[in-house]
Amino acid sequence: LYYTISYHIISYHIILYYIMHHSMNLDVFRFNVCTRTHVSYEVKDNVAVVRINDPTSKVNTLGRHMQAELVEVINEIWGNSAVKSAVLISSKPGSFIAGADLNMFQACKTAEEVSYLLQAGQKMFEQIEKSPIPFVAAINGSCLGGGLEFAIACQYRIATKSKKTILGTPEVMLGLLPGAGGTQRLPKMVGLPAAFDMMLTGRNIKADKAKKMGLVHQLVEPLGPGLKSAEERTIEYLEEVAVDFAKGLTGKKVTVEKKKGLMQKVQDFVMGLPPVRKQIYKTVHNKVMKQSKGLYPAPLKIIECVQTGIEKGNAAGYLSESENFGKLAMTSVSRALIGLFYGQVACKKNHFGQPEREVKKLAVLGAGLMGAGIAQVTIDKGVATILKDTTEEGLARGQQQVYKGLNDKTKKKSLTTFERDRIMSLLSGQLDYRGFENADMVIEAVFEDLSIKHKVVKEVEAVIPPHCIFATNTSALPIKDIAAASKRPEKLIGMHYFSPVDKMQLLEIITTSKTSKDTTASAVAVGLKQGKVIIVVGDGPGFYTTRCLAPMLAEAVRALQEGVGPKKLDSLTTGFGFPVGAATLADEVGIDVAAHVAEDLGKAFGTRFGGGNVEVLKMMVQKGFKGRKSGKGCYVYGAKSKEKKVNSGAEDILKSFKLTAPPAVSADEDIQYRLVSRFVNEAVLCLQEGILPDPVQGDIGAVFGLGFPPCLGGPFRFVDSYGADKLVQKMKHFEEAYGNQFTPCQLLLDHAKDSSKRFHK
Amino acid sequence: MASMLLTSLRSSPLTSVQAAQFAARSLSTSVHLQAQAKSKKTLAKPGVKNIVLVDGVRTPFLQSGTTYADLMPHDLARAALQGLLNRTGLPKDAVDYIVYGTVIQEVKTSNVAREAALGAGFSDKTPAHTVTMACISSNQAMTTAVGLIAAGQCDAVVAGGVEFMSDVPIRHSRKMRKTMLSLNKAKTLGARLSLLGSIRLAHLSPELPAVAEFSTAETMGHSADRLAAAFGVSRLEQDEFALRSHTLAKKAQDGGMLSDVISFKVPGRDIVSKDNGIRPATMEQLAKLKPAFIKPHGTVTAANSSFLTDGASAVLIMSEEKALAMGYKPKAYLRDFVYVSQDPKDQLLLGPTYATPKVLEKSGLTLNDIDVFEFHEAFAGQIMANLKAMESDWFAQTYMGRKTKVGAPPMEKFNTWGGSLSLGHPFAATGCRLVTTVAHRLQKEGGQYGLVAACAAGGQGHAMVIEAYPQ
Repeated sequence: LYYTISYHIISYHIILYYIMHHSMNLDVFRFNVCTRTHVSYEVKDNVAVVRINDPTSKVNTLGRHMQAELVEVINEIWGNSAVKSAVLISSKPGSFIAGADLNMFQACKTAEEVSYLLQAGQKMFEQIEKSPIPFVAAINGSCLGGGLEFAIACQYRIATKSKKTILGTPEVMLGLLPGAGGTQRLPKMVGLPAAFDMMLTGRNIKADKAKKMGLVHQLVEPLGPGLKSAEERTIEYLEEVAVDFAKGLTGKKVTVEKKKGLMQKVQDFVMGLPPVRKQIYKTVHNKVMKQSKGLYPAPLKIIECVQTGIEKGNAAGYLSESENFGKLAMTSVSRALIGLFYGQVACKKNHFGQPEREVKKLAVLGAGLMGAGIAQVTIDKGVATILKDTTEEGLARGQQQVYKGLNDKTKKKSLTTFERDRIMSLLSGQLDYRGFENADMVIEAVFEDLSIKHKVVKEVEAVIPPHCIFATNTSALPIKDIAAASKRPEKLIGMHYFSPVDKMQLLEIITTSKTSKDTTASAVAVGLKQGKVIIVVGDGPGFYTTRCLAPMLAEAVRALQEGVGPKKLDSLTTGFGFPVGAATLADEVGIDVAAHVAEDLGKAFGTRFGGGNVEVLKMMVQKGFKGRKSGKGCYVYGAKSKEKKVNSGAEDILKSFKLTAPPAVSADEDIQYRLVSRFVNEAVLCLQEGILPDPVQGDIGAVFGLGFPPCLGGPFRFVDSYGADKLVQKMKHFEEAYGNQFTPCQLLLDHAKDSSKRFHK
Repeated sequence: MASMLLTSLRSSPLTSVQAAQFAARSLSTSVHLQAQAKSKKTLAKPGVKNIVLVDGVRTPFLQSGTTYADLMPHDLARAALQGLLNRTGLPKDAVDYIVYGTVIQEVKTSNVAREAALGAGFSDKTPAHTVTMACISSNQAMTTAVGLIAAGQCDAVVAGGVEFMSDVPIRHSRKMRKTMLSLNKAKTLGARLSLLGSIRLAHLSPELPAVAEFSTAETMGHSADRLAAAFGVSRLEQDEFALRSHTLAKKAQDGGMLSDVISFKVPGRDIVSKDNGIRPATMEQLAKLKPAFIKPHGTVTAANSSFLTDGASAVLIMSEEKALAMGYKPKAYLRDFVYVSQDPKDQLLLGPTYATPKVLEKSGLTLNDIDVFEFHEAFAGQIMANLKAMESDWFAQTYMGRKTKVGAPPMEKFNTWGGSLSLGHPFAATGCRLVTTVAHRLQKEGGQYGLVAACAAGGQGHAMVIEAYPQ
């Protein structure tokens, strides 16, 4: 029903867990700090309690300054004979150490420079590991990257069971590896398989899982409020418990080694066999190659470092780790991923200021996939939401979708059934406009038909209060056309969500020339509350995301018509780094949706959007091949078989529209670049026309909304790293064979002419 | 705790009035005079009926699995009801209504009030209903009675509560229950066999009831340990308080103060006439115990928690007019009461802190006006946390929307005959014990106002002001 670009598998699993303040800096600068500002310590009962608190930031990071003070304090402790053990703790609620300073590496010119920095960090952690007195890491909040490496160099770890306590090695998501001993210590601590899982996925590990894995020794329950706030008291309590354990370690009342179960012993024995390990390296290597298509170097380097450490000893392991980190830091992939990280941070801020009124009550029109999804991500942030549909069946389906979305979280234990019920109580499913008089914002997600949208605008404006914002969720209809029916166009804005709404991070907000700044600020505030990464773009057919995708899909149809099979097309696109192949993507989006968009945008933009024949899509729709939702599209979707089968009916249609492939531009690489260059050219044109405010939002929108290869960092970073001139050359070559859909836009030509012009600095 | 008591005594030397009381108490004849001498105002309000506690009794509270082990809940409840009839000489048909509390329900007697009343020989014309509100169930039963009388619907109501932890409903797993229910409906042999064949090992694991919050899945002991830690209550403080409770209970038991306890001839067993959980130990013995919930660094142990208990209680509540007309000498007035509720996760057991200032305000009293405090002792750590919360201006301002703290009750007036930690805590029976004890202590000590406060699962709480009946 809903003709909104929808994807399932887009690489959010790669990108989703980007850590807000991840950074690494392991360089040890021993400049003298006169008064310490980041690290302090006091001795309690022969236990040195070292408290970390970066006064300049919300989180602690291992920066130059922090590092220097830590070294100083630790040396002081070692020099104090009264100190028998130490506790390392952060005074910041919600952050132990979130990582280190990325800028350090970016400032480096060579791999060797980076390696040198790392070796200093490795040395410091090694000293802690071999410390004559035991160190207890008391962890509350994020313990990531360098922070985790610090913690695992300590002799004992205690973590609070708070939701904010997460442990992990997210370096791989930035195209890097855990470079301060992580690849060496983790396998010994949690075993080879678990260590690979942590380092290769970069996933966050919650405290209770960490305990089970053997990553932490002891858990501490977070406390409620007492004579101080809950957060403050929890940190105090963690410290008290940690001090007790530190004393226990000195008095040998607490042992570091835990008793190994039978399973553990068996596993250790098996892992002790060199052929078994060899097989593991091989299996993991193959799995990584299959998933990354060899486009991401970091995972392979992680395997290499682990292998070197285990097979050739610590010294070789550390060396391999620092050298490989240095090499990775110089790769374009790492730069692209780090660029996305910063871009995402930038797109999680409201650049339009504080809205005049907070949206406390939201109403969603249409309980379809999109509407229900929007309702779900709103109520689970505690905002009361009306979900309105026109039929009881539609409403029931939507409410069930919300319930299922939340209930699935209870199965994964990220939500209790009680929390689920409380969240559900914020949802009011209804068929009438009751309560709209109190709504602060209405988001309509009804059928994408201009006359229906007009009807809805009029109906809703008759019942909502004057301050209420009207947002329309559409993937292609120009907002100003919808606004034509509005009496108050300054309160009208486009909010383009991506399906499934609860999984896809992107929200594309579209403003018209009449949309007020406060309306935009309010829409962004709501989107941020819903946990979205937000780009704000100008109005026009297809806005930014849909407009970039359409020419690429047109080219995909062209390739299919030329006899490239759906499977081949998929492997070409995934081989380029798209998480989902183009044919599968079309099925996921819906062939009917694709046909609709292709036709609409074709009318708006003319031959530039040509290439494939829209009739192919229309014919498929006629035959009922609407994609995954109808069971058949390019592929047949059976419930049972894992292997997707090509739909022979679709193949027949393609045969009837068969075109001859011009041999000069039909090699595998040509097909890949035909698809990508059209995407990229349209993106650059959007910037040129002012639809896009800047390249950062263009990159974020393409990667988070459309699955543009993360390793390339988005269309703009791709132009920078690949070279505009090379791209233009290729496009001209294609232009000769196909015509003006490959004509490079002016801005791209400008960049091709002058190599000093770059989208990103 | 003993040391704490001493310090608090030292720091607040007896006022002359109190000293006079102590001196006067030895002369039993002067008790009446004493109460009048205090001459605080009565809490009677114009237009509001005076409602009185005529008397209250309870069975001995026994550790579960001991002498009561083979009974059923309504047996215990019946014993308490019969005990009340004996004690008061109440004609059975004079009772208008019976309200009874219970927490863990025996499914066979889900309206245990009715089953017990019939068995105890009350008129079958007397309606009875069961209420449940966790550890304040019998408080709810009593206030329901107060409501019925205040509304003019009844004149004499029996309230009470029963808990029987020796036997709790252990259920088949949901899967098994579903299969068994389908089996009932299966028509053919084949259908039955196929259902039987679907039973797997997982079906056989039973569902055990736990003293855990449904909303948070946290056991109460675990929450109590966190609460104690949140308020910085040490293990030592908890053990001292537990020891105080047992010591005072022992003294009260030996001194014959626990006159609400009735003797009960347990079918097939001996006559029981004493609580059996009172065990004053030494601090060293208490210190040896390992934490029971949060391991290994927690502070709540089996010894500083209330134990699983079997027991029942009952009280007779009447309008003052009716009581006097029937020739009774009431023990106390039941005055204002409140129920409160708060966050069931982090403030599960802070009911008394929230309820106390509210009920005092309602009655126009301050903490200093109260002569007798009876707080339900779920855990020593919970009591200490409540006392600290009540002493904290920050807590009052941040969480209770009050300008200042209400203050903590002075220990010399607090649970001086023991409490739930030592006497035992049959969940739904404790409320009546608290109210009856306040009435008895007011009589014995010559005070005028008493305060009952209790916490309950679900993050709820209750408090009631009781006024001594002029003697």
